Amino acid sequence: MTRTFLWALALFGLMFSLSAGMSIASANNTPTTITRDGVTLTMSQERRAEVIGNQLRCLVCQNETVENSQAGLARQFRGIIRRRVVKGWSNRQVIRYMVHRYGIFILLKPPLIPMTVLLWFSPVIALVVGATVILAGRRRRMKPVPELEPDEQKRLKELLN
Amino acid sequence: MGHPLLRRRLLLSLPLAAATAGGLGFYILLERARQGTYNPQTFSNPLVGHRVPDFRLVGIDGKHGFGSSQLIASKKPILLNFFASWCVPCAGEAPYLDVISKSGVDIWGIAYQDKAKALAFYLAKYGDPYTRLATDPTGRTAINFGVYGVPESFLIAPGGIVRWHIAGPLVPPIINEQLRPELQKIA
Repeated sequence: MTRTFLWALALFGLMFSLSAGMSIASANNTPTTITRDGVTLTMSQERRAEVIGNQLRCLVCQNETVENSQAGLARQFRGIIRRRVVKGWSNRQVIRYMVHRYGIFILLKPPLIPMTVLLWFSPVIALVVGATVILAGRRRRMKPVPELEPDEQKRLKELLN
Repeated sequence: MGHPLLRRRLLLSLPLAAATAGGLGFYILLERARQGTYNPQTFSNPLVGHRVPDFRLVGIDGKHGFGSSQLIASKKPILLNFFASWCVPCAGEAPYLDVISKSGVDIWGIAYQDKAKALAFYLAKYGDPYTRLATDPTGRTAINFGVYGVPESFLIAPGGIVRWHIAGPLVPPIINEQLRPELQKIA
């Protein structure tokens, strides 16, 4: 009697721990929220925050993105971005918030504004200048060689003989 | 089209002239960086020409701090200085801040992400040139000002309009060539 009871208890215990383990495992396999830089947000919100952070320059280590940088200010920026994403701000709104404070320098990709026209169109300008030089050179080469003067012809004959 | 030999010589000297001009420009930049009047990592703060952002900060040890309303209400121009006791270049600019304050310019300080004890020690050691002092423990006000490191200073005209900004220490070339002329423009 006691033996049967003990077996039943052991079986029950095993099933309980298995089911508990499985529920933990399934929770780990498909997390729905994540806490980063002090903000808890859903996975899709986190992905959106990463997209925003990867467009912004860390102003302390200036060639790193806000997402990659270990600087304290970048961590703070990541928190600001995430809190605003959770509040429902659009990517554009968050980026505008940062540009309002730090100017377009914070954008890793410079926008097309009057100040950056030369920067954006310099490849086109270089192409036009290069094409002009090549075309001008070709036209000059195609020009027929002028006839020799009579005295030059005489000198040529002398040299050839 | 002119003498062909002369034209060829001109064409050949063109790259040389371009290289010389580039070298000269680079030398000037290096020289200005050495003097402290040029910083390749800096960028213009978009706040210049605009009113200071809203903020309200407390002082240390229960003393009154200040906020944007006090800055806007001031009848005199104010040099707003973000600094920290843990910041080495801040200690470097401390003697020059002292000179500026003794010349009659009000300097209001905001201690960025600092602790009261360390701050008191710093002020005792490097001097306290501040007419008013506030603390920004979270650094949120600094971010609203577009501050990305300490020290940074803003010259604020009566009415709270930012007239000039420098990211980096206030050294004599910057004080004499930039800050003083801007102060004269306000007066």
